[in-house]
This record gives sequence, C-alpha cells and structure tokens, in this order.
Amino acid sequence: MIRNPRDLKRYTASERANHWVVGICFILLALSGLAFFHPSLYPLVHLFGGGTWARILHPWIGVVMAVFFIIMFFRFASLNRMGEADWDWLSKVGKMVDGDDHDMPVQGKYNGGQKLLFWGLTVCMVLITVSGVVMWRSQFSFPVGMMRISAVVHAAAAAFMIGLIFVHVYAALWTRGTIRAMLYGTVTRAWAKQHHRAWYRQMTGKN
Amino acid sequence: MALQSLDIARRSATTTESPMVRATTEIAKLIDVSACIGCKACQAACMEWNDIRPELGNNVGVYDNPQDLDDKTWTLMRFSEVEENGRLEWLIRKDGCMHCADPGCLKACPAPGAIIQYSNGIVDFHQENCIGCGYCITGCPFDVPRISKTDNKAYKCSLCSDRVAVGQAPACAKVCPTGAIRFGAKEDMVHHAEARIEDLKERGYQNAGLYDPQGVGGTHVMYVLQHADKPTLYAGLPADPQISPMVALWKGVAKPLALLALGATAVGSLFHYVMKGPNEVSKELEEEMEKEDSQ
Repeated sequence: MIRNPRDLKRYTASERANHWVVGICFILLALSGLAFFHPSLYPLVHLFGGGTWARILHPWIGVVMAVFFIIMFFRFASLNRMGEADWDWLSKVGKMVDGDDHDMPVQGKYNGGQKLLFWGLTVCMVLITVSGVVMWRSQFSFPVGMMRISAVVHAAAAAFMIGLIFVHVYAALWTRGTIRAMLYGTVTRAWAKQHHRAWYRQMTGKN
Repeated sequence: MALQSLDIARRSATTTESPMVRATTEIAKLIDVSACIGCKACQAACMEWNDIRPELGNNVGVYDNPQDLDDKTWTLMRFSEVEENGRLEWLIRKDGCMHCADPGCLKACPAPGAIIQYSNGIVDFHQENCIGCGYCITGCPFDVPRISKTDNKAYKCSLCSDRVAVGQAPACAKVCPTGAIRFGAKEDMVHHAEARIEDLKERGYQNAGLYDPQGVGGTHVMYVLQHADKPTLYAGLPADPQISPMVALWKGVAKPLALLALGATAVGSLFHYVMKGPNEVSKELEEEMEKEDSQ
C-alpha cells in the first residue's frame, strides 16, 4: 500500500506492538473473565479449552497484560497530563458527540477524552491486577476476607474497564482515519489538523 | 456424584429452575457435642466409606489429627479446652460441611453444576464440573471446602449422599458408638435435640441449645451445644454465620446490571454511528492538504 510520504508519524512500530500485545491480552482476559462473571456467558470457556483451562490461563494472560501495560504506561503517561484545555474539551464533548466539532478547543497529541480514558484504564488495571493476585488461589494464599473484597473489586473494575474499552474502540472507529495510526503508525495531515491541531502544528511547524 | 435417586433442587451457575415437581424429605445430621467422647470413629468411618486417606501427619501436642480439614479429610474432631462456670470443659466438635439451606459455596461457584443441592438438603460437589477456582471457599461462612493440591478440585463432606440415596445413614452416624451423631428427617432431629437440650438444662447447662443458624437458612448438620450462647467456644464455630455481604454483592444483582450496561454501550455506539454518521475529516482540510502536496 502506497501512502503519502508526508503523512505524520503518530506511533512507532514498538509502540504499536506494545499496544496490540495489551489489546490481545485484554480481549482474551475479557472473554475468559466474562465466562466467570455471569452464568449466561460461561460457554465462553470453550474458546479456551474448557472451564479449567480458562481458570488456569486467565491469570497468566493477566500477568502478560500487566507487564506490557506498565511499559505502555511509561511510554504515554507524560503525554496524558490533564490541562485546562482538556477539561474545556471534556465540557464540550456532548456537542461533538452530537456531530458538531467546530467549537472544540485545539488539542495536542491527545484530547481530554483520550487522557481521561488513559487514567481510567490505569486505575482499573491497578485494581484488577492487585485483586487478581489476591484471588489467584493456585499460586497464593490470602485471608478469605481479602479474597471476598478482591472478588468484588476485580469484577467491578473489570466490568468498568470493558465499558471504557468499548468507548475507546468506538471512538477509534467513529473518528475515520484513526485506526491506521495503530496499524501502521501514520495519519494524514488533514486528520491531524482537524482532530489534534496543536500536535499538527508541532509536527509540521505550520499553522 | 449425581444420583438420580436424589432430586437436585439447586445447581451452581444456573439461572433457570431445576426440575422441582417432587421433593424428598428434608434430612439432617444431628451432632450432640455433649455426648461425644472424641474417639474419632467418625473420622475413620469417613475415610473408609469415601475411600480417602489423608497424609500421615505429626503429633504437635494436641488431639486434633490431622491439624485441619483437607481434600482427604472431610470431617475432623476439633478439641477445645475451655473454662466455663469454674470448671474445665473439654469440648469436642466434629467439624465439616454444615450443608446450609442457603449455601455460600453454591452461590459463589461460577461453574454450572459443580455444586448442587439436593431437595433433601445435602450440598454436594461434582468434581467433574469443578474448575478449581476456589470461589466456594470464598463463599463458605464455615471455611469448609478445600482445593486438592494434586488435582485442583474442591472437596468436602458429601453427607454420604450416595448412602443417603439408598436409605442409609452417613458413615459417621452409622459408626458413632455413643449415639452422638444421629441422622434422619430434619424435623425428627430437631425433635430429638429438644429432648437432649431439656436433659442438659436439667443437668445445669442453662444455655444448652440447638445450633441451626438461620443466617444461612438453617443447616442440615446441626449441633446440640452445652453452651449454645457461645458457639465460638467450640473451636471457633461462628456465632451468626452468614454469606458475606461481599459475596452477596459480588453474586447479586450487580452483575446482570453490569452486563446490561455493557450491552447498552455497545448497542448505543452502533446507533450513534447509524444516526450521527462517522466523524470524518472535513473536505476543506483534505483539499488544503492536496493543494500542498501538488506544490
């Protein structure tokens, strides 16, 4: 596929690989975790070779995800510091979702919604990882009271995180020209100027 | 193991009803702690009938042997030395599954059919459906189920469901030399307990009573206790066992609601796309860039 050499580089190959390792882990964890979340979804265990296999694999996949999420966190944390423009953007997001983005404040590499999502996912990951370790009965042995709390925290944080990922995926699908940034790393200048004008200026030196 | 001669009333991780057109008599095992001499015949009979042999342990200076319940020790005499009314008392409680009417293990279990409750009240584990997550331990208010280190399946007392299915008493009740363990219809056992309690009260145990905790809907293993006002004297028997509110929250209405919310998010996204259309780059910007490119 021939792309415009003047396209803007948004993600390096290593960043993309990192993202997709986390993404694949997330999908596998969500499917195996939802199987234990509610009886109606228990048949999902068959994607993993049955209930026992799902129980064995789920925490190990979780370890891989946690490790790669931490790496990703350090790659992107400094780019996700919330500023005034971000809160301004968030206060106007309703209008944008309604289909009119003309009044949106100029955004850098990430807009307020993306940044909030980043921190939301980070909090969820911390809660899920810590509670998941407590619940990992084949490897650890924690007091039953801690396990009971962890079971609730794990389920609640995971359900919330799946919701956040739905928003993340839909936002990427809805905003045309976005998915390619995570597939082969570049976006068009027009895309950048429309959605992340401050970043466009920084990358091109133009206004 | 599933026994067709016993009807299954409840099944773990199953949201629809079990066949319920007939019901068997509610049964119970009554353990009269005041009549127990601590001979451990019940432990031996349990091992023998169920064909399980716990690892040989070491004597650590107490009578409890083995030290704790495990995957191969489904019942265990727990010995407590206490001082009550100025006298030393040796309280011996046969510990094991209480077969709750409202079983926390069954409620917590995510694997369909791994834990079942027969209509006669017995709560049984079906190891072939068990996935080894240990949620049953998290759910149990009595700390009874144990995960095997060899096969990662959960085990506990089955109240000899196989014997009960063919009209026999559990092995422990059959073997008890003092009649401290009795088995029969729950109604009859409650009745029998009343006579025992009356007798104990006459002998100075003013607080004697039946342990059939209502916090778990009553149990199908009941104790006659000399000090029913202080169940914790008996090796930490919980005074008011209940399914932890955490477990109730975890397994309650929150999950279907969460699924509904997730479904609504997914469907809502689709409808948003259909009704509002994609967020595309404006034509002017694209033309502006094209102009730049041709320069």
